[in-house]
Amino acid sequence: MGYTFAAMGTSASGRAHFRIASDQALIVYFDAPAKKSRSKAPPLQIAAESHEQVRRLLRLMELEPIPGLRNLHPAYCSLLIKFDAMKLRHAELEEILRGYMGRMKKVELPEPQVVEIPVCYGGEFGPDLKDVAELRGMTDAAAIELHSSRTYLVYFLGFAPGFAYLGDVPEQLATPRLTTPRRSVPAGSVGIAGRQTGVYPISTPGGWRLLGRTPVAMFRPEKAEMSLLRIGDRVRFVPISPEKFAKLKLENA
Amino acid sequence: MSLIEVRAPGLLTTVQDFGREGFGPMGVSASGAADPVALRVGNRLVGNAEGAAGLEMTLIGGSFLFRERTVVALAGSDFGATLDDKRFEVWSSIEVQPGQTLRMGPTRSGARCYLCVRGGIDVKLFLGSASTHLLSGLGGFEGRALRKGDVLKIGSAGGTFRTFRKASVAAKAMACLAPRKILRVTAGPQSDWFSPESQKAFYTGSYFVAEESNRMGLRLEGAAIAAASSGEMISEGVSLGGVQIPASGLPIILFVEQQTTGGYPKIANVISADLASLGQLKPRDEIRFVPAELETARTLLAEQEKWLASKELILA
Repeated sequence: MGYTFAAMGTSASGRAHFRIASDQALIVYFDAPAKKSRSKAPPLQIAAESHEQVRRLLRLMELEPIPGLRNLHPAYCSLLIKFDAMKLRHAELEEILRGYMGRMKKVELPEPQVVEIPVCYGGEFGPDLKDVAELRGMTDAAAIELHSSRTYLVYFLGFAPGFAYLGDVPEQLATPRLTTPRRSVPAGSVGIAGRQTGVYPISTPGGWRLLGRTPVAMFRPEKAEMSLLRIGDRVRFVPISPEKFAKLKLENA
Repeated sequence: MSLIEVRAPGLLTTVQDFGREGFGPMGVSASGAADPVALRVGNRLVGNAEGAAGLEMTLIGGSFLFRERTVVALAGSDFGATLDDKRFEVWSSIEVQPGQTLRMGPTRSGARCYLCVRGGIDVKLFLGSASTHLLSGLGGFEGRALRKGDVLKIGSAGGTFRTFRKASVAAKAMACLAPRKILRVTAGPQSDWFSPESQKAFYTGSYFVAEESNRMGLRLEGAAIAAASSGEMISEGVSLGGVQIPASGLPIILFVEQQTTGGYPKIANVISADLASLGQLKPRDEIRFVPAELETARTLLAEQEKWLASKELILA
C-alpha cells in the first residue's frame, strides 16, 4: 500500500498534481508549483484558470462531501484537504478526487458578489502609505488612486478568520512586506504585500504594508454569513475621508 | 445549576474541546486542546464523552471553587494539585464536595494540565465547538482566557463511558501517555526544496522551544536551516504540525491556532500520533526530529487510538 511521489507523477488528470502534506493531509495543485517557484516566478502570477479549478473542486466537495474529510484549506492554485487518517488513505482520497475532477467542468459556481469597501487612506490609518509611495516613486494621492482603481478578485480566505487574499495589485504599486512584522495590526487595516492586498479582520501581528483602514467589519461571528467576503467575490476599495470613516464606524458599531 | 468559581485563573487557562474543523474556507483554524490525548483521558476519568469541554491550563494552574458536588479529573502534566490541601494526583478523578477548592501551581513536568468536570464545561458553542480561539477572540468563555471571578457553568453532557466517583489511569498506560521529546515527522510538501545538507542539519540538530511559542506556533531555536532553493513560494494551505522554515532558517511548528494558509516552505510535518506531545512542550525544552514513513505514522496513530479506546485504560 505504498504511496510515493513517483507513483503520483505517472497519473495524468489535466494539470492536477498531488502532494502529501502530512499523514492526515493531501494537497492538490492545479499547476506545477514546484517547477514554477524554482524558476523564481513572482509569487502572484496565478493563472485565473488554476484558481477557477480550485473554486470548482471546493464547490463540488461542498455539494458532495467525501466521508472522512475534516477540513479544506483553499489557496491561490491549490487546495489542502485534511482527513481522518483512520478512515481514508492518501491514495484512496486521490482516487476519489480524480473522479471529482472529471466532473468539475459542470459545477456551477455561485454568482460573485461585488463588494465596495470604504477606506480612509494614509495618516494614522495607513502608516506605510508614504513609504510605499516613496519607494515606488509617486505621490500619496497617486498611490491611493492606483490602489482604488482596480476591481480585485478574492482568491481565498486564509491566515485568520475572514482575511481575504485579494489580487492583483497594479505592478507600479507592488511593494514587498515589511522586513520586521508589526506585533499588532489594528482590525480593519488595509495592506499590501507584493501584488496582494487585503484587510485585517481582527487585530493580529502582521507584516503587510498598511495603506489605510476600513470602518466595515470583515468578520461578523454573530451573523449567518460571517465573512463579508467569499472566495470568488470581487472587491473595490472606495477612498473616504476621516469624517466619513468616523460616521461609518459609528453606524457599524 | 452547578457552578465553578475561578479563584485564580493561572497563567493562561482556556475552555477547550476537540476544536472546530471544517471552517478552513473562511480562514478559521480548528483550535482545540493542545494535548487532545490528555483531554480525552481526563474526560474518560469522569465518565464524559471524550470530546467534552474542559479547562486547559498552561505552565501555571489556577484555583477553582466548586459550589456543588461533582466529579473532577486532572490529566496531562503535574501542576502540583491539592483539593482542600490534600494532594490530588494527575491522571485521576475524585468526587468534590460543595465548597471545596482545587488548587494548582507551577508545572512540575510539561506545559499543560486539563481539568475535566463531569458533564463538561458549559459555554455557548461557536461553530459547533466550545474551544477558545485566543487570537481571534472567538469561542470558549467570552473568547478569552479565564480571569479571577469568572463563574463557569457545568453542563449535563452525558458520556458513553462508565462514571466513577474515583478512578485513575492504569499504571501500564502511563508509558504511552509520556510526552515525546523526539518527534517523528513525515516529509513536508516542500521537503525537496531543501538540500541534503539542510535535511541533515534538521534531522541531526537539537532544537529548543523559544519563549514566544504559543497555541499558534512553536518557535524553535537551534541550527538554522539554509533557506530553500527558491525564496518565495505561492501561499498554500498548511497543516497542523507542519514544520515551516521562514527566511531566518529557524523552524516554526504550526500548532492548534495555526493560520490556515502560509507562504513558507515546509520541510516536515509532525505525525498525528505525536501531535499531543507538542502540547506538552514548554519554553527551553530540547527536542529533535526523526523521519518516519507514512505507513509507520498511520500504524502509530492506529495503536494510539486502540489503547486510548481500551477498557483497561481506566482503573476504578
